Amino acid sequence: MSQKVLLNATEVHIALQRLACQLIENHDTFDHTVLIGIQPRGVYLAERLKKILEVDYKIINVKLGYLDITFYRDDFRRSGKPLEANKTKIDFIVEGKKVVFIDDVLYTGRSIRSGLTAIQSFGRPLEIELLTLIDRRFSRHLPIQPDYRGRQVDAIGDEKVLVHWKENDGKDAVYLVNK
Amino acid sequence: MELSVNHLLGIKYITEADIQLIFETADHFKEVINRPIKKVPSLRDITIANLFFENSTRTRLSFELAEKRLSADVVNFSAASSSVKKGETLIDTVNNILSMKVDMVVMRHPNPGAGVFLSKHINASIVNAGDGAHEHPTQALLDTYSIRERLGDVAGKNVVIVGDILHSRVALSNIFALQKLGAKVKVCGPKTLIPKYIEKLGVEVESNLQKALNWCDVANMLRVQNERMDISYFPTTREYTQQYGLHMELLQSLDKEIVVMHPGPINRGVEITTEVADSGQAIILDQVQNGVAVRMAVLYLLASKIKHNED
Repeated sequence: MSQKVLLNATEVHIALQRLACQLIENHDTFDHTVLIGIQPRGVYLAERLKKILEVDYKIINVKLGYLDITFYRDDFRRSGKPLEANKTKIDFIVEGKKVVFIDDVLYTGRSIRSGLTAIQSFGRPLEIELLTLIDRRFSRHLPIQPDYRGRQVDAIGDEKVLVHWKENDGKDAVYLVNK
Repeated sequence: MELSVNHLLGIKYITEADIQLIFETADHFKEVINRPIKKVPSLRDITIANLFFENSTRTRLSFELAEKRLSADVVNFSAASSSVKKGETLIDTVNNILSMKVDMVVMRHPNPGAGVFLSKHINASIVNAGDGAHEHPTQALLDTYSIRERLGDVAGKNVVIVGDILHSRVALSNIFALQKLGAKVKVCGPKTLIPKYIEKLGVEVESNLQKALNWCDVANMLRVQNERMDISYFPTTREYTQQYGLHMELLQSLDKEIVVMHPGPINRGVEITTEVADSGQAIILDQVQNGVAVRMAVLYLLASKIKHNED
């Protein structure tokens, strides 16, 4: 197994700052915008962006929720191992809001497809955007593209993109792993 | 994690890890059923037959709601209006239904062991919704889930099951579930309604209700099942109520605040008074709400073990 660093801690920091600024350009004070971290790994990225918006750019009350898509996945009974659910926590109204989905890696697009169905259980959003730290090009199974991306990566079949977060894995970094 | 079994025939046949997995999954479904739209598409390619060879209102409703909230297709069958009356055997009835491509069967049957018997003969995932006086596993799961929700944990708690233990499938399943989760169990009731040798299951028998209540954290008040009583087990209902009925004065005379449960349907004024049933210490309606979430978890986890067919 070989491992290559795609982004080191500084590069992750720069990408996050840029993504936060791009969000501000489009959403101004975030009065009508809510951030939704896709469980499990999108939550770290979403929490980090919320912190940057609040601490560095003094935008108060950025609404953040977590959405688990397990029960909406299209591979139930098809994948070898059982699907394990995570916590969904959305304690605000999504109806009529601009929603930003946040996930760490965009690969086939199937998780986002599930997320689009899942969010409807909480109301009808005005619009939905997608923010992803890593966009794996040429690997989409569905016509889904990000509105904001940290880095675009060309990864082939056996390769896997791993995103590490300081809170969970000790340091910020993105790796390309060849199995 | 996945369940160690392909059917839910009784609590006896599952492990503590299975119960914990069902609880964790039920937590997620409890959140789902409190959303504006209370439905997920997980089981949209699964068909479930509810076979009720015995009357049921809430269990059947609860299962049907759980199935529909998972987007499964549901067919209902009740013995009263079926060919069972014309002499068809259980296997024949079920095989006929299965040949219509049903993936799972939820069955209530008056004969103990009907679920186990069926699981050996047919190719579908079976959930026992009560078999005679044997087991009622989903009721025990929702009871212990409700205790966990109210008290934080089941382990280390003292639980007394009061009333008609002899005819109760709820009692047996509860005893297994509570013990697997590390609770201590006593049973309390008239001697005629306590099965012989019940101590072999590791439960103590207490004939005095006041003593039992003083010992426990949770009291599960069972219904007196008049319909299963072929002979007279106690002199009068009034005498039963005097000795084993839970009323407010008794509840308030205890040193601590206990949790009161009842699997329903309640005979108000017999095993429990209206005042107690509607008090803050009773979690009877929580049990009903948790029943849907727990049954969704059971169906979801069992369905995930059914192999997807490409045809």
